[in-house]
Amino acid sequence: MSEVLDSYPQWLDGAWVTIRLTLLGGALALVLALVFGMAGTSRHAWVRGLNRVYVEFFRGNATLVLLYWFFYALPLIGLRFSTMFAAVLALGLNVGAYGAEVVRGSINAVPKAQYEATIALNFTPFQRMRRVLLPQAFALMLPPFGNLIIELMKGTAIVSLVGLVDLTRVSKNIQGSTGQTVAAFTVVLVLYFVIAQVLQLFVRYAERRVDRMLGRRLPAEPSLGTIAAGAPGAGVG
Amino acid sequence: MSWDWHYSGEILPDLLDGLRYTLTATLLGYVIALVLGLVWTLLRRSPSRVFNQVVRWVTEFIRSTPLIPQLYFVFFVLPAWGVTIGSLTAGTITLGVHYSTYTAEVYRAGIADVPKGQWEACTALNLPRSRVWLDVVLPQAIRRVIPTLGNYLIAMFKDSPLLLAINVAELLFSAYQVGSKTLQFLEPITMVGLLFVLVSVISSILVRRLERRYATN
Repeated sequence: MSEVLDSYPQWLDGAWVTIRLTLLGGALALVLALVFGMAGTSRHAWVRGLNRVYVEFFRGNATLVLLYWFFYALPLIGLRFSTMFAAVLALGLNVGAYGAEVVRGSINAVPKAQYEATIALNFTPFQRMRRVLLPQAFALMLPPFGNLIIELMKGTAIVSLVGLVDLTRVSKNIQGSTGQTVAAFTVVLVLYFVIAQVLQLFVRYAERRVDRMLGRRLPAEPSLGTIAAGAPGAGVG
Repeated sequence: MSWDWHYSGEILPDLLDGLRYTLTATLLGYVIALVLGLVWTLLRRSPSRVFNQVVRWVTEFIRSTPLIPQLYFVFFVLPAWGVTIGSLTAGTITLGVHYSTYTAEVYRAGIADVPKGQWEACTALNLPRSRVWLDVVLPQAIRRVIPTLGNYLIAMFKDSPLLLAINVAELLFSAYQVGSKTLQFLEPITMVGLLFVLVSVISSILVRRLERRYATN
């Protein structure tokens, strides 16, 4: 055990790679989710079609398959990325597709009268989104987004299979060099768990703030709808 | 470099071979996930507070840690404890146990969604505990959660490539293998990607149909 813990500089380096991937992938996913999610609520059929193609393609694919494709296949047709960039792209595109469904579902869940009021007040589509729909949808988005960021954090472990030295890779290396199988793989699981709990704390805090802003009270139990919305399978509605 | 149709046709049998392993792991894993998930849910309703919390944190731990280190743990640690298992078995079990913590959450929400009046009616009718669960609560709860559980089957299918971390010869693994023989990765990996999209799109249509069929409102 002590040999495993003595290699803490390696663990820290690995954790840093994992955290960086989570943050960068999460940022990309958030942007994609907002853009394509709002596209999914558009009046124009072709804009909604854009949302469908993006969501079905990237949600339908396994992140590891995407990563392998960026990493092994694309260089053959002349597109070469750094490993880190390929990983962020694969994670962001995949999680962003789930997020887009969450955004679309949340905007559609804002009471219809609110939307009608914006028309009565002659708001531009931009003002409608910015001032009325998004702020209210945001509260609905947060719990599923919290699940998604943790899914993304877990998803970063795939980079260990294409040569990035993240937490998972570090545990494999340490297991190889010390032979301490049980200790190495226990430590890595505990570290991931701690990271997930910290993320969870941030999400809870954000949920409480948003709910207070909107004067809502948090439900005690997550409903089936909330769980289904964050489900990594098909999306909401 | 352009797409080589002849090569794509040649490698297809290898990919289908890999698909067999993928499907085996996914389907058997799903059975484990469905059964074990229900076990977790029922255990969490135990009257002992301590036991309840232990179960809660164990499932939370499994749910919030990634699959690949879990695969390593099962595949490398169990032999150290004297249990030898093949990589496909290890992969299937890990996949199943991992997703059982998700299905447990689904069952729990499904049970919570059963209207309170149903429970009260059972009390009024003085039904025995076993009948309350088997004849009243679970049939209604499971009906509600079928579409969500369907989503998790798709999710497990999409997580199955991770099994290549412990050398299960699943779909992506075999695509990589044929690719590395000729150094032509474009065709095999693209084909795997398209196959995944195809399966996911078809199954999400099926799930949407289930949703309409079992809609409770």
